[in-house]
Order: sequence, then structure tokens, then C-alpha cells
Amino acid sequence: MNLLLLVLLLPAGGFLAALALPRSSPSSSRYWALALSLVTFLASLALLGWFDRRLGGDQFTVNLPWIASPEIRFHIAVDGVSLWLVLLSTFLTPICVLISWHHIQNRVKEFYAFLLLLEFGLVGVFMAQDLFLFYVFWEVSLVPMYFLIGIWGHERRIYAAVKFFLYTMAGSVLMLAAIIYLFNRAGTFSYAAILDQLASGRLLFTPPEQMLLFLAFFVAFAIKVPLFPLHTWLPDAHVEAPTAGSVMLASVMLKMGTFGILHYALPLFPSAARRCAPWIAVLAIIGILYGALVAMVQPNMKKLVAYSSVSHLGFVVLGIFSFTQLGFDGAVYQMLNHGISTGALFALVGLMYERRHSLAIEDYGGVATAAPWLSTAFLVTTLASIGLPLLNNFVGEFLVLQGAAIANFTWAAWAALGVIFSACYMLWMYQRVFFGELKQTVKMHMPDLNLREWAVVIPLIAMMVWMGVYSKSFLDPVGKTTARVLEQTQVNVPYRVDLQAPAHAEVSRAR
Amino acid sequence: MPVSPMFNPGDLIRFLPEIILTAMGTFIMVLDPLLNRRESKAYGTLSLATLVAAILAAIYAYSQPGPAFGGMLIVDGFATFFRVLVLGVGILTILPSFRFLERQQAETSEFHALLLFSIAGQCFMAAANDLIIIFIGLEISSIASYILAGYLRDDKRANEAALKYFLLGSFATGFFLYGVALIYGETGSINLCVVHAVVAGPDAPLPVMVGLAAALMFVGLAFKVSASPFQIWAPDVYQGAPTPVSAFLSAGPKAAGFAIFLRIFMTAFAPIGGAWAPLVWASALLSMTIGNFAALLQTNVKRMLAYSSIAHAGYVMVALTARSEIGTAAAMFYLAAYACMNVGAFAVVSHLSGKGEQYQSIEDFAGLAQKQPLTAAMLSIFLLSLIGVPLTGGFFGKFYIFKAALESHLVWLTVLGLLNSAVGAYYYLRLLVMMYFRDPGDAVAGVEPLSPTLSAALILPAIGTLFLGIFPGWVLDFAGRSSSLVR
Repeated sequence: MNLLLLVLLLPAGGFLAALALPRSSPSSSRYWALALSLVTFLASLALLGWFDRRLGGDQFTVNLPWIASPEIRFHIAVDGVSLWLVLLSTFLTPICVLISWHHIQNRVKEFYAFLLLLEFGLVGVFMAQDLFLFYVFWEVSLVPMYFLIGIWGHERRIYAAVKFFLYTMAGSVLMLAAIIYLFNRAGTFSYAAILDQLASGRLLFTPPEQMLLFLAFFVAFAIKVPLFPLHTWLPDAHVEAPTAGSVMLASVMLKMGTFGILHYALPLFPSAARRCAPWIAVLAIIGILYGALVAMVQPNMKKLVAYSSVSHLGFVVLGIFSFTQLGFDGAVYQMLNHGISTGALFALVGLMYERRHSLAIEDYGGVATAAPWLSTAFLVTTLASIGLPLLNNFVGEFLVLQGAAIANFTWAAWAALGVIFSACYMLWMYQRVFFGELKQTVKMHMPDLNLREWAVVIPLIAMMVWMGVYSKSFLDPVGKTTARVLEQTQVNVPYRVDLQAPAHAEVSRAR
Repeated sequence: MPVSPMFNPGDLIRFLPEIILTAMGTFIMVLDPLLNRRESKAYGTLSLATLVAAILAAIYAYSQPGPAFGGMLIVDGFATFFRVLVLGVGILTILPSFRFLERQQAETSEFHALLLFSIAGQCFMAAANDLIIIFIGLEISSIASYILAGYLRDDKRANEAALKYFLLGSFATGFFLYGVALIYGETGSINLCVVHAVVAGPDAPLPVMVGLAAALMFVGLAFKVSASPFQIWAPDVYQGAPTPVSAFLSAGPKAAGFAIFLRIFMTAFAPIGGAWAPLVWASALLSMTIGNFAALLQTNVKRMLAYSSIAHAGYVMVALTARSEIGTAAAMFYLAAYACMNVGAFAVVSHLSGKGEQYQSIEDFAGLAQKQPLTAAMLSIFLLSLIGVPLTGGFFGKFYIFKAALESHLVWLTVLGLLNSAVGAYYYLRLLVMMYFRDPGDAVAGVEPLSPTLSAALILPAIGTLFLGIFPGWVLDFAGRSSSLVR
């Protein structure tokens, strides 16, 4: 059996089995979800082991017929970028199971079933090589998240869940129209075949046609990222979701958008993408600064982290639309970094909420005295999120800024401001929550990390350090794949290629 | 097409489903005085058996495809598809009605007999290839459904529904008949194949006259399928009629209506397609928009589902606007998926509505997932399918329809239709919100356990919905092969 298929089907089978577990024994659901997600993670580690790092193309391909007419194939594979995103999903799912262990007390069985279904959808999105299949997974991942927010969220959960669903749905129907249009033009849903036709010139779009198609894809992805000004669903969804939901949403689901831009929107519609690049880059920079400034004034920790996501994801988009090798690499690396460090922030905030039952910054103070280990873990994560050298975000932000500087130095200058702002809001929050006078309520309710929570925290911190110190182990396959994407984006755009050529040469020297 | 005026024994086989339905409908009526009141469940069982037999007969009839009775009927894949579809809707209507009628203390033979007659009319419509037969089928189906809508005769709303349905329906049939008369006057025939030949031929009548006939028939048919701007009756009728009947009305007559809609417009009026396409285009857009936006405001579930069914009629009209065989196949597939999900959703409503149908509000679904997880899960499948989430039949239906529309270069209609379906997501989500995110209220607290027939009425369409969503190939292949209508 193909290893990739196993990684995809394990959560799906786990979901079905979880539905059959008895409602009366919630711990059986917990252990089942933990065991299954760990096995899935191990399987995906094996995937990493067998992955040939010298190749930039698709690996572990499974290509089965699904529907005969119109021909839709069950075609999955991973390349150097999606491999890491698959691993990120499988890595975070057991962590989410662990952080929900005590937090989720009602309808436990359904919770873990939905979590496994979510893993299935997310992993599928990154694996799909058939546009139709991609859309199927894209929508399927929406449903469990809707329920996770709506059933187990905080006070305004219903509003947040419906808003989340409708925003994503509105964007994705346009993408569906574009996918059908592509099919009618190309006669196939196979992504590789469509790219082939584009490269050989058998499939040509007029400029306005290409622009509309690009926008249809891009808006769907931009809502998911979320790019300013389409971000308004995100603070609501993040704040209202249960901890595991926030972690999966921030760490993996947002990456569906950036992955989609890099993997689909750019190679399919290169000249439209390049034409829009300045506008999108400006929106990304606005997102970086706006997200940071709004985060600064949040009285609610979770909302602060949510807005910091808007800011961090702005870097990813900026890196992609710099159209440089460094920018692409940085964007992908930043996707992974954000997954680890923001996931960790949400997890830690969740642990504090479990203790103190409040998300308001003013309800805390002096936590460092009461729970030194928790505070240490939080500090490391905060520093990682700020972009301290030797921790993961530094590498990604650096690459993105360098790529942006090659494309347009002004962009890099403005975006760099975001790095400074992020230090302001994160450290200020840290100061208010963890230092200062130890309040009596905090002292009473703030025990330090227990064994289960250590099991959540240690892998995350280990990843932050590893990714910060030895980025080579991740960036090699990424570079192979992004180089291919960069090549694909130069199809059909002779006049732009000339413009970009010096920058490109510089990149190769830099590497 | 060769038309033999001679009677041919093979014709009876092609006519078998209708014979079975009519005979058994009459038998059930006769049985009524002979049977004891307490054995009233027998009628339901008997009609179920009849419907199953009729499905088998319809499939058997397809083993001998071809015209019957001098070309008045035609048994092809298209006819068989719709026959099986309306018969299936009949089964899914009777299953939940066992408990429903018992609760309303209204078990009589008429309910079942009328249902069988109505379905017989719809089978006629599916296989008709002649305007008069179409009209007869339409009338058999409609008159029986007028009575069914007012079946609970002590209920004020049911009376209102029946009266409204009857008055407006008669007008619509009148329009249709005018169209038939005009066509006969212009072409000298009522056989669709002959009409097609004349309209496409060298001695074609004035296009304006054919166009007028098409427009008149459009009025009548748009009423039957509750497409805009002739949809006004639907919300009142669906709300007032007994819930199993609403389920039936929203799927059976609609499917049969679309069958004749497709058959007439894709054969007889195909040559003047350019003339009626804008009309259908506008009707499709209006139906989707009015249906979806009005459904946003509803608080009564049946009324909401009525508006949603107007919107879904709009999606099928999009397929009709495509004017292609792919469009026809897409419409067939969509109607099958729609029948599964909509009848299933109505079955849940009838389960929950309680005595005297007092619980019909969206609020009454609060907390259903805690009390009856299975019912809630089934309704979720139907609702997700109505929204159009992948791996459900509703999604593939929409997908094929909009694919056909784009192939016919209907870019705007596609974009607007898809945005419409995003709007539609909101009101279906409201029900999901109620079921899963709220605590149980009165309606759910008093809900009775699922009876075996009701479980079947939920599980069968749910399986159908998922099957059409995961393996759409089988049904779509059949639809694709049967979509080239005999001209």
C-alpha cells in the first residue's frame, strides 16, 4: 500500500471508527484519537524518510480513476512544499488531542471524530493533484471546523462559526466556477496535464480571461489566508474556537490559502499574477502593519495572537509576490514557522484559559512567579514569534525580507517595520501577563505544567529551535519545488522575465 | 420515427407501470369499505408493494424501449429515469406518512389511492411523447395532488393550501392547453416528433406563433415546477399541506414537470431555442435569487424549504438554459439528488412536527443532536447536500449543471448562480446551528423515538445522497446516455 494513501486514509478510517465508539465512555474516544493521530504522524514521518530530497517533482503518486465522465481522478502526490504541510498537519493533530484532553468535556466522541475528519480534509488539500479533488478536500475541511467552532467554542461561537463558513464558501464558489471553466478549456482536471498544456502553448488565455480566472482563484485563497481587507472572519473564528480549533485553524487551515496561491494561482496564471503583484504586495504590507497595530491594543490574549496571525501571514504573501527564489523559500518556511509558533501560542493561551478561565490580559499578572515553567515555554514561543535569531521565525522573515528587497526595496522597508511592531505587542503582552505583582486569583489558579502539558510543549519548542538553527534540513526540498514554481511563473511573460532577469541572477548568486 | 397506428401487445409492457399503479389505486379505494379501520396500516404496506412492483415494471419496460400506442408514449432511458425517480419519491413519501397519519388520526385509503394516482400521472408525463398525453398526465397528477394538499380537511391552513393550489394550478393548466391548441393549429400535430420536424422543416409556421405557443406552455410548466415568476403558490401550499404531502409535492410533480419541460423544449421547440433561451435564463436567475433571499427570512421550516425548492428549481432551469444534452443529463442528475435530499429533509420535519403539526419553527430544532443524534446526523447530510458541500449528491448536481452552463458560455448565469448557492448556505446553516449548537427545547424534549419506517425514510435518502456524491458516475452515465431525446 502506498504510504501517502495510508496517511490520508488513516484519519478518515479513524473518523468512521470514532463515530462507532460508545458515547458513555469519553476516554475511549480520547485514547482512540490520540493513538490514531500518533500512528498517522509516524506514517507521515516514514513518508519523510522515503522522500527523495534531490527531486523537486511529485512523489508517492497515487492515481486512480474516480468518476468516468467528466474524468475526475483520485490523484494524490506530495512535492517538497506540500510534504511539509502534510507533516505539519499530522504533527499538530496529536498535540490538539492532548490539549483538549480535559478542556473538552461535553460531546467528547463527536469532538474527536470531527478533529480526525478535519485532519483528513487538511491532509487531502495538500496532497490533491486533481483540481476537482482539491476543491472537494477544500470544502470538506470546512465542515468539521464549522462544527468545532460552533459546538465547543466560547460565547459568540455561533456567530463566528457561521461567519467563517459563509466567508469561505463565498470565496470558494468563485473558485469552483474558475475550475469548471478551466476544465472546459483544457478538457481535464489533472493539474499536471493543465500545466503541461500551458507550458506547451496548447492552452492560451487572453489577458482579461486570465485576469478574471486568477482573481477567482486568488479571492478564494486570500479569504483563507486571510489577506487584508478580507480578514474580518479570522479574529472572530480564532477567539471563539476551542483551543484545538484555534491551533488547527491558525497553523494549518490558513496555510491552505497561501499554499493555494503558491501551488495553483501562480503557475496557472503567471502573467496575471505578476500584473497584480504590486497591488497584492501593498495589501500584504498593509496587512502586516495593520495586524500588528491592532494586535497591540487588544485586551484579549487570543485576539492578540489572532491579529498577529494576520500580520505574519502578510509576510508569507509578500514573499510569494516578490517572485524571487528567496521570497518563495521564505514564504514557505514562514508558513511552517507560523504553524509551529502560533500554534504553540494558541496552545499555551489555551492552557492558561483552562486554569484562570479568562482570556483578558488584565486578569493576569505575575504568572511567572506562580508557574515558572509555563512562563518559560511562553517566553521561548514569544521570542520565536518575534523573530529572534536562532529561533524559527527569524529564518523565514529574513528570507522574505531579502526576497522582497530584491523585488522592491520599499516593500522590504515597510514590511520590516512589522517585525519591530511584533516585538512591541508580544513583549508588552508578556510583560503584563507574566511579570508584575502576583495577583491572589492568579496564584490560586495557576499550577505549573503537568506531564500531559509538557508533552504538548516540548515537541513544539524543539521544532522552533531546530527550525531556527538548522533550516537546511527543511529548506532543501522546498527550494527544489519553489524553483520549479518560479520557472512555471515565467511562462507566457517574456516582457516581465526580462525585467526580472537581473534579480534572478542575483538570487542564484545569493544561494 | 416510424409510427405504427396498429395496436401492438408489446405496448402494454411499455405501459405496465401506469397499469399497475392505476389498478392498485382503484383496488385500494374499493378495499376501504371491506377492511376494518384498525387494519389501516395495510393500505400503506399495499401501496409500498405497488410502488416497488411499478419500479420493477418500469425497469422491465426499459428492456423493450421504443414508442407505444402509435407514438403517444415513448419508453426510453429518459422516461425510465423519471419513472423510477417519481416512484422512488412515492416510496419515500409513504414511509414517513405511516407514523404521521397515525399521529393525526387520519389514516384512510384515499390518501394512498390519491398518491398512487398522482404518481401514475407523473409516470405518464415521464413517458409521454404527445401533447395531449402530457396534458392528461399533468391533470391526473395535479388533481390528485390538489386533494392531497387539503387532505387534513379540518385544518384551516391545509384548506387554504388546497384551494390556492387548485385555483392557480387550473389557470396554469389552462395556459398550457392554450399553447397545445396553438401548436396544433400551426403544425397540425400534437406529436412532439412531428412538431419538431415541422418547426425545423422548410414549411415552418411563423416563428412568432411557435414562440407564443412556447411562451404559453412555459407559463404552465413554470408553475408546475414552481419556477419564477410563477412560484407564488409554493410557500403557502408547502406550508399548509401535510408534511409528507409537502415532501411529495416538492419532489414528485416537480421532477415530472421538469421531465416534460425538458422533453417539450428540447425536442419540439429545440429549433427555436434562441427565442426561448432568454426567457428561461431570466426565470432561472429570478428563481434562484427570489428563492434564496426569501428563504433567508423564514422562521417556519416548511416555508423555508419551500423557498429553497424554488431556488433549486432555478438551478435546474440553469441546466435547461444550457440547451445541450449535457445540460439535460445534468438536470436529470440534479433532480435525482434533489429528490433524495429534499424528501429526506421533509421526513425529519414530519418526524419532529408532533401532533397537529405544532412544531414547525426553526427554533423547534434546537438541540435535536443531543436527543436524537441519528436524526440530526441524517438531516445534516441532507442540509449539507442542499448547500452543495462536496461528497454529497447536491454538490455534484450543482457541479454538473454549472459545468453544462459554462460549456454553453453562460458565464454570468454561472457566476450569479454559484454566488446564490453561497447565500443559500446561510439558511441551511441556521438549521444546523439549531440542531447542534443549542440546547433542547419543548419540541425536541417531546420527540418520539424513530419508528422503523421513519428510520428507513431517513436512511434510504441519506444513502442515496451520499451515493450520488461519492459515486456519481453510475447515475450520471445513465443520464448521459438517455439525454439524447427522440426527435
